[in-house]
Amino acid sequence: MSTAPIAISNTIVQLPDQTTATLPKRNYINAESGMLSWLLTGDHKRIAMLYLASITFFFFIGGAFAGAIRLELLTPQPDLVASDTYNKMFSMHGIIMIFLFLVPSVPATLGNFLIPIMIGAKDLAFPKINLLSWYLYMIGGTLTLAALVLGGVDTGWTFTTPLSTHYLNTHVITAASAIFVAGFASIFTGLNFIVTIHRMRAPGMTWFRMPLFVWSNYAASILMVLGTPVLAIALVLVALERTIGIGVFDPTKGGDPLLFQHLFWFYSHPAVYIMILPGMGVISEVISTFSRKRVFGYTAVAFSSVAIALFGFFVWAHHMFIMGVSNFSALVFSLLTMLVAVPSAIKIFNWAFTLQKGSITFETPMLYAFAFIGLFTIGGLTGVFLGSLGLDIHLTETYFIVAHFHYVMVGGMLMAFLAGIHFWWPKMTGRMYPESVSKLSAIISFIGFNLTFMPQFILGYLGMPRRYHAYPADFQVLNVLSTAGATVLGVGFLMPLLYLGWSLKYGAIAGNNPWQATGLEWQIQSPPLTENFLVTPIVTQEAYDYEWLEKKTKQEVTTVG
Amino acid sequence: MHISPVLWQFLVKWLHASALFPAEASTIAPYTDALYFFLLLITVIGLVLVGALIFGFSIRYRRQRNPVATQVEGSTLLEATWTIIPLAIFLVVFVWGAVLYFRIYNPPANSMNIYVIGKQWMWKAEHPGGQHEINSLHVPTGRPVQLTMISQDVFHSFSIPEFRVKREVVPGRYSTVWFNATTPGTYHLFCTQYCGTQHSGMIGEIVALTPEDYEKWTQQSTSGMSLAQNGERLFASMGCNACHNGTAAARGPSLAGVYGSHLTLSNGSQVLVNEAYLRDSILNPSQHVTAGFAPIMPTYQGQISEDGLIDLVEYIKTLNSNYRVQQTYVTSQSNQAAPTTPSEMVKP
Amino acid sequence: MDNLIASPHALEDQELMPGETVVHEPHTLLPQHRHHFETEEQQREAGSFGMWLFLLTEIMFFGGMFFAYLLYRNWYYPAFAVASNQLNVPEGAINTAILITSGFCMALGVWAAEVRKKKFLVLMLVLTTVFGVAFLGVKVDEYHEKYEHHHIPGASFSIAEFVNPAAYHIDERPLSPDMAQHTQLFFFLYFAMTGMHALHMIIGIGILGWLIWRANRGEFSTGYVAPIENFGLYWHFVDIVWLFLFPLLYLINRHLAH
Repeated sequence: MSTAPIAISNTIVQLPDQTTATLPKRNYINAESGMLSWLLTGDHKRIAMLYLASITFFFFIGGAFAGAIRLELLTPQPDLVASDTYNKMFSMHGIIMIFLFLVPSVPATLGNFLIPIMIGAKDLAFPKINLLSWYLYMIGGTLTLAALVLGGVDTGWTFTTPLSTHYLNTHVITAASAIFVAGFASIFTGLNFIVTIHRMRAPGMTWFRMPLFVWSNYAASILMVLGTPVLAIALVLVALERTIGIGVFDPTKGGDPLLFQHLFWFYSHPAVYIMILPGMGVISEVISTFSRKRVFGYTAVAFSSVAIALFGFFVWAHHMFIMGVSNFSALVFSLLTMLVAVPSAIKIFNWAFTLQKGSITFETPMLYAFAFIGLFTIGGLTGVFLGSLGLDIHLTETYFIVAHFHYVMVGGMLMAFLAGIHFWWPKMTGRMYPESVSKLSAIISFIGFNLTFMPQFILGYLGMPRRYHAYPADFQVLNVLSTAGATVLGVGFLMPLLYLGWSLKYGAIAGNNPWQATGLEWQIQSPPLTENFLVTPIVTQEAYDYEWLEKKTKQEVTTVG
Repeated sequence: MHISPVLWQFLVKWLHASALFPAEASTIAPYTDALYFFLLLITVIGLVLVGALIFGFSIRYRRQRNPVATQVEGSTLLEATWTIIPLAIFLVVFVWGAVLYFRIYNPPANSMNIYVIGKQWMWKAEHPGGQHEINSLHVPTGRPVQLTMISQDVFHSFSIPEFRVKREVVPGRYSTVWFNATTPGTYHLFCTQYCGTQHSGMIGEIVALTPEDYEKWTQQSTSGMSLAQNGERLFASMGCNACHNGTAAARGPSLAGVYGSHLTLSNGSQVLVNEAYLRDSILNPSQHVTAGFAPIMPTYQGQISEDGLIDLVEYIKTLNSNYRVQQTYVTSQSNQAAPTTPSEMVKP
Repeated sequence: MDNLIASPHALEDQELMPGETVVHEPHTLLPQHRHHFETEEQQREAGSFGMWLFLLTEIMFFGGMFFAYLLYRNWYYPAFAVASNQLNVPEGAINTAILITSGFCMALGVWAAEVRKKKFLVLMLVLTTVFGVAFLGVKVDEYHEKYEHHHIPGASFSIAEFVNPAAYHIDERPLSPDMAQHTQLFFFLYFAMTGMHALHMIIGIGILGWLIWRANRGEFSTGYVAPIENFGLYWHFVDIVWLFLFPLLYLINRHLAH
């Protein structure tokens, strides 16, 4: 033969022959039909799809508010909407994005769908509680929309007292009860995950054979179960304070407004990790699959998730450095904040070194994962700026902090969510998304994102305060850049909605394992059967064991052949 | 923190001209900026490092070049490296940040004090000489200025980006911040804590003046009465002098020279008398009963505005002797006694 | 086998796919067995583990209020001491006894279910309910007393009793008006905490009613005791919360009384 090198494809995608391939006759989607079969389902996969549809709906509502906010900030003058309208817009943007999108995003959709399958179980431990969780989420969502339709709420998502208790006449109680109810949805999801992971693992699925996605969701679940009730009680107290006005948070009546800050941030800081940890799990799966390599330092990555969850509970007061916490607690909380940054750094480097000696391909999920790593590095390191006591004084409550948490939440979490959605889309629907257009949208999102939020770091250091309806004219150039970026970003987020919808009908048939990935979820049909496994799997291989997969594939070929 | 002054000036000039960077107008600002640039450097290095690893590996180990992956378990040595190095950097940042924090929040002893009241949606500044300002604050350069701040309603936050200082203004308790302006000019003043509808309207300007100009401004804008003088008037009209007059029979403790002293309370604890203590003991007297006195003082919660409280506090701070207190009290007693005379005359 | 078909869960078993390989052994699998569990043991463990986790969230929920209580008690000690003395200790003590008895009945109920004594189980659940209702009854009486004394925070709250206790024949040192105001904080937290506790009791009694109905049909006398056990955990948790509330609200300041 000639010396021409054998062309190696730059993709690992292996699809069945499209001329003969069909979706499996029986799967969880067509197992039952009719609206009721979805609304009363106990199947974790169907509940995941219900969640996916609902969080997407709320994401685009929250996104619309973001767009309106950026449009208003195009000019320094308060000209597009009135001040209280603007305040209601950013409050709604925050409440919807945090409580109705980011908190449930990965756990309630991908986690719900995948955790039982990944550990070889037929369902979550409590299917009815899982369904209840979705209904609670929907009630919370409906109450949020009710607060919006009735006239809105303008507390900001932080419900700062005494502003929220005594100085506003908007639908605070409606919004607070929305969050209260949605909080229980999150508690039940977390509880279900913890019990499932502890008690339902298949034979041979030891803790250190679990995919890292399961580990990170486990860590996030601990935070959900222990943190959310504290937020619930804080909101109950706010509601009681508004109705009977005793003054628990009102200094003129002897109350302590800082008490609310403590209770609120005791949940809301761990909430940041509730949002980001599951996203980190997605990244571990994606990076490993597309570099055909076991995650570098599996144990370190697994434990760093748990470390983040534990440390995450003891850093809440770093939101209050300028509010007059004692010097001692300022020091302790700053130090702990520095410590919590370390596990994140470990993860970043472990992911980077997973690539080393791999055999890397660049499908869309991988592009999103790269975007995640870059943006999360920036988001994480700018967090160190804010955790450092002296610099926090200048930076807090400015656009620097806005940019920082958007880098973590959007640049990190949303990118991870999109990576995960693309990665498991073939498993969830049985069909592939269109590859080139999705790559384009990943690149558009990345560019749009940086254009939107990079100028906000500079604005923040210049001193532009957050939640400002009007701003001094010298900040305009950067604001225009940011708004321009937001339009690009909007396009980047709308595109997946369109082509993923398209792919439901026209996408290529994916087959069981288009990515040649090792997780148990890839060893069953796509979309899976209602009970996931025909035979309870017995696990003998470690996570991310590509040699095992190769052997298994060969065996299948020989037995079939 | 020791950067060559030439390089420093160049950096500042360049960054200022391109409006990526606020002016440095206080003595604190260079310290904050030094930490900021250090962290910026760390961020850039971190990002370049991560980027180099990702792109480097992506190119070197892409599927076309490396069709078969080599499995690697991990490396304790490498992992220890990227645990310890970031940890060390973060600890340096922690110490540096803490030092800066205490520098920003611990005022020098010789600083002049200006009171600031925040309320929806304006800033009110009260100078010791009685000058009042709304949404602006005139300060002298080259002299440490401490702001004692309080909110009348919700949380506000007093921020001067060009000075790199900011502090939450909380209802019900004094918070302080200090700065030493270096360059005369007009700077932004923002409320950075969301405080309701007109939050973005709660802005103003900080006017830093040379000491001579500041002196001129003080003389031109005085209302004639200093805060302490206002306080003296209020002290008499509220009848405080009936008890706090320093006489042997007085039912309340003497207030002369009380500011800055250490008091023993009736529950045995020792307290330092500062502005916050004085304000609190007017509003919640039963929690601040001086040893040897009965808890008979009524609360003045809701009866004196924050401005009035500031006047009283300033007055008590200046009080060195009880001479004038007693004089005023005796006069008021005789004034009250006077009207009784005519009615007695009517009697047969 | 009639039992199997009558059970609502039998339906789920029939839904199993044709290819399902889990072996069905009706004589070893309870009708209440959910198909997604491998074994009954797994199902039972999962249930009780879930319950423990739920109780953990409950602890955090009450923890927020306990934290607020301790903070303000520390700040406004005299007001909290005097206000605490206004609580009805005998009624509180009776309630403690009632609740402990109720918890004891519940524990007996769990035992009855485990040894499959249907009648005894129903009796114990009924007794648990009766004591639970009795607790609420006493609580209503206490709340009513607070109403009469204007101790309910809000518009009708009056500090008169604390400023001038002698006029109300209360053996306490008078509080200055500003300190007396803070008794309202105490009563607010008292109502928030005991009210939240009572709400848990009411929910528990509702579930008890449902359990009695099911126990009466013999559902828990066949070795399927998980719901009784898990509810027992919940009920004991509610007891324990009260065992913290009673000393913290009623007793802790007693020594100050003359």
